[in-house]
Amino acid sequence: MKLDLAIEELHRSENELYTVLLSMSDRHKVDHEVFYVTRDMARWSEQHVAELAEAGREFGLELDPEAKHPAGLLESLQHKASELTGRRSAPGLLLLADLRHLYREAGGTALDWELLAQGAQGAKNKELLDFAERCQPQTLRVSTWAKAKLKESSPQVLAS
Amino acid sequence: MGRVDRIAEPWGSRTPYGPGENWPIRVDAYLDGGLTEDDVDRWVPSATILHSNGDGLDIAVKDGRIVGVRGRAEDRVNHGRLGPKDLFGWQANNSPDRLTRPLVRRDGELVETDWDTAMDAVVGKVHELLEEQGPSAIGFYTTGQLFIEDYYTLGLVAHGGIGTNHVDGNTRLCTATAAAALKESFACDGQPGSYTDVDSADVIALYGHNVAETQTVLWTRMLDRLAGPNPPKLVCVDPRLTPVAKQAAVHLAPRPGTNVPLMNALLHEILRNGWYDQAYVDAHAVGFDELQRQVEKYPPEVAAEICDVPVEQIREAARLIGTAERLLSTVLQGFYQSHQATAAAVQVNNIHIVRGMLGRPGCGLLQMNGQPTAENTRECGADGDLPGFRNWDNDAHVADLARVWNLEQIEIPHYAPPTHAMQIFRYAEQGSIRFLWIIGTNPAVSLPELRRIRSILGQERLFVVVQDIFPTETTELADVVLPAATWGEKTGTFTNADRTVHLSEKAVEPPGEAKADLDIFLDFARRLGLEDKDGEPLVKWSDPEGAFEGWKECSRGRPCDYTGLSYAKLRDRNGIQWPCNDEHPDGTERLYADGKFWAAPDHCEEYGRDMVTGAPVTETEYKALNPDGKAIVKAAEYLPPHELPSEQYPFQLITGRTLYHFHTRTKTGRAPQLQAAAPEVWVEMSAGDAADRGLGEGDLLEISTPRGRVEARLRISGIRPGVVFLPFHYGYWDTADGGQPADGHGRAANELTLTAWDAVSKQPIFKTAAAAVRRLAESGGSPSAAPTTTASAPVTGSPPPTTGGRAAEAEELVGGTA
Repeated sequence: MKLDLAIEELHRSENELYTVLLSMSDRHKVDHEVFYVTRDMARWSEQHVAELAEAGREFGLELDPEAKHPAGLLESLQHKASELTGRRSAPGLLLLADLRHLYREAGGTALDWELLAQGAQGAKNKELLDFAERCQPQTLRVSTWAKAKLKESSPQVLAS
Repeated sequence: MGRVDRIAEPWGSRTPYGPGENWPIRVDAYLDGGLTEDDVDRWVPSATILHSNGDGLDIAVKDGRIVGVRGRAEDRVNHGRLGPKDLFGWQANNSPDRLTRPLVRRDGELVETDWDTAMDAVVGKVHELLEEQGPSAIGFYTTGQLFIEDYYTLGLVAHGGIGTNHVDGNTRLCTATAAAALKESFACDGQPGSYTDVDSADVIALYGHNVAETQTVLWTRMLDRLAGPNPPKLVCVDPRLTPVAKQAAVHLAPRPGTNVPLMNALLHEILRNGWYDQAYVDAHAVGFDELQRQVEKYPPEVAAEICDVPVEQIREAARLIGTAERLLSTVLQGFYQSHQATAAAVQVNNIHIVRGMLGRPGCGLLQMNGQPTAENTRECGADGDLPGFRNWDNDAHVADLARVWNLEQIEIPHYAPPTHAMQIFRYAEQGSIRFLWIIGTNPAVSLPELRRIRSILGQERLFVVVQDIFPTETTELADVVLPAATWGEKTGTFTNADRTVHLSEKAVEPPGEAKADLDIFLDFARRLGLEDKDGEPLVKWSDPEGAFEGWKECSRGRPCDYTGLSYAKLRDRNGIQWPCNDEHPDGTERLYADGKFWAAPDHCEEYGRDMVTGAPVTETEYKALNPDGKAIVKAAEYLPPHELPSEQYPFQLITGRTLYHFHTRTKTGRAPQLQAAAPEVWVEMSAGDAADRGLGEGDLLEISTPRGRVEARLRISGIRPGVVFLPFHYGYWDTADGGQPADGHGRAANELTLTAWDAVSKQPIFKTAAAAVRRLAESGGSPSAAPTTTASAPVTGSPPPTTGGRAAEAEELVGGTA
């Protein structure tokens, strides 16, 4: 039985996604929709991390239920940097790069949920299966958003 | 015939009626100083333009000037009635400070010039930028106050001719969520209900809709039902003690930003008590199971905690709504301009879907508009949609539009939804939009976070064209100013919030060299040399009727089908509801009778969006979700507002309007009766909050947020505790400072609001900023100048009542038949 490994890996990757979302938010404070929506989506990862820690206990794991927040000083520096460069067009390219990165991160995390769901099916663990099926759609919404935002933003960045 | 002070009595006299009866006729009229109807040379048919109600009226003309107005008895919308803004607002047309000549900026100053010089400057800049960067450099920011003919031509010129995706209107601030919510639930825009639903409803639920001040004649209809036998019961959701709240059986005043949990609790009760129509849901809707799962988490106790509303009030409201036999629901800015706007508005749709209350008399759903012609901005492709409710994500729809316009499909941008207003300003801030044409709107007062907006519009690298009828805070920042004609000075059609189309005829000549908006766009297209794929002129018409005929063809077969209408038909009978075509030659009173929708994947306007992220649903996903084109029940989870009160900023600030003014007062501030009724900005606070801080009526306060500060006199009103309210009408054009606040002494509410918008509808959030308040000076015994007749009515002391005296007396003729 290696479900503990799947949970541990997912806990790591949801934590990573949480960090990616919040740092991205901080880097794009003047792109207001990016700033707020990434923060709203980070709440899902925060919740997933807590629930994964809870689920891991059954498998003898001691995982931190609190998602790790990027350092506070860095956050305010990034806000400031975002404001200072808000009048320039180069950050448009940075946004595309960040969206591309987020799309891959969220896609990877969603795949990890898929693995957990498959493992839960194999082990006939209904509770774990329900948990995975409840959380995976939210992670998929993150990658869907990243792709949609990329589609919407890229023409203006690349053709101007 | 009676004379009534319509400032003191904004809704006039009662003409009570009972359920299912015809609303009695009452003809309201106001003529300039002492004139009588015998003095009038001509009466010219039109409809009202200072709100979205679309009340039919005739414009009185004497000696080539507008001298008054009279409601049209036979009009389906108003049965003769007019509101105070309609009775008095026309006087602004005759104002001596109208823009009458084009202006161009020379050495930093705007100077008068001729049309050739101004248009050459505009066209020269567009040519230069198209050469250098392409269409992504060009943006248009229009309004909700032009006519169909103007919008459709603008949409063609911008989307088809120039090929830019950056076209939106200030309708983004007023009606975007109405459209978005309808698209989420029915996969297509289009108002399901009719104003006649007021005549037979037994419960009317008003969600964030202070109809008494926003659509006074619609409220008059409701007041007349309330005064008659078997009146409807009202449910009001509003944080202020509005005239609607005072008449309501249940008044819910939730904490700003918590509409979603409140709606979820109402739906929780409706489902738990079995007050829904399972057979209708099974036959006509998808997504019900997800709604059940979601609202399960929001029992009234949970919502009561989040919203700070008594649990028994939520239960009572749910009982009224859930057991109504003919439920009419209306929604406006309290939902649209608040946090989670679309998600909340969609839950109102859900109530009607699960209760099967659509398409029957009394069972109306009205996702309202704010502006008179907002509906047309949406239909004609001037607001971030393609014309005729075509789906930007459906290649067949874009191909069809290319056929109508005789263009190659690639010429029409459809790589993403058309750019919304807030993003247009962001691109301008970033420097990728370098030409912005602003038409009939005043963003330097009406957009959030004004310091930011002024700094964007003031950039050297951004070429700003402003087309308007008065000098405004925005024209101050323009490179070219184009003087436009307004209502009464040009001919065209427009459609109100219940799909009623009116023809508005030209009554008088515009002042000086001012030109009709359509003529300005036609001139622009000609000078730019826009052509179709055969090398013929892209725009095939040269007058309003030609433009209307062009629009009819574009609308053919689409939900907003205008093909059965014509100028001749509207001259014969003004006020017909679309769709109007061969099948429905007299128009269509209600949409979605018998559970039939326009939601089929190949026909629908939109596949929908994610309720939290706003990401578009793809064609494949939509086909899997809703292959048979049913109504879509969309559930939503609650997310806390993005800016919450703190120790430093303990209040929640909401902004809104008053009955006597429209937008930034460019017209109503020039109508003496209206200006006198609400002459200056005020701030509202509850009696408890004022007492806690030792503040009194009339004290001069400073209201501040991290974005700026505003000074206003205090009105202690019936607003809920913890919330302060500022009207958004007051800018700087009629202050000594001119275009902007001197030394930060602001009075525009948008100095304070934050830049944030609903991820689905992209409507800015004006109703959840955290704010601080401090006293600058005591009142010295004089109260604030806030109106006493409306939601700003005082709850302490006795400030003098708002009256208009003889100057505000209008005629009222009750009775008669149409």
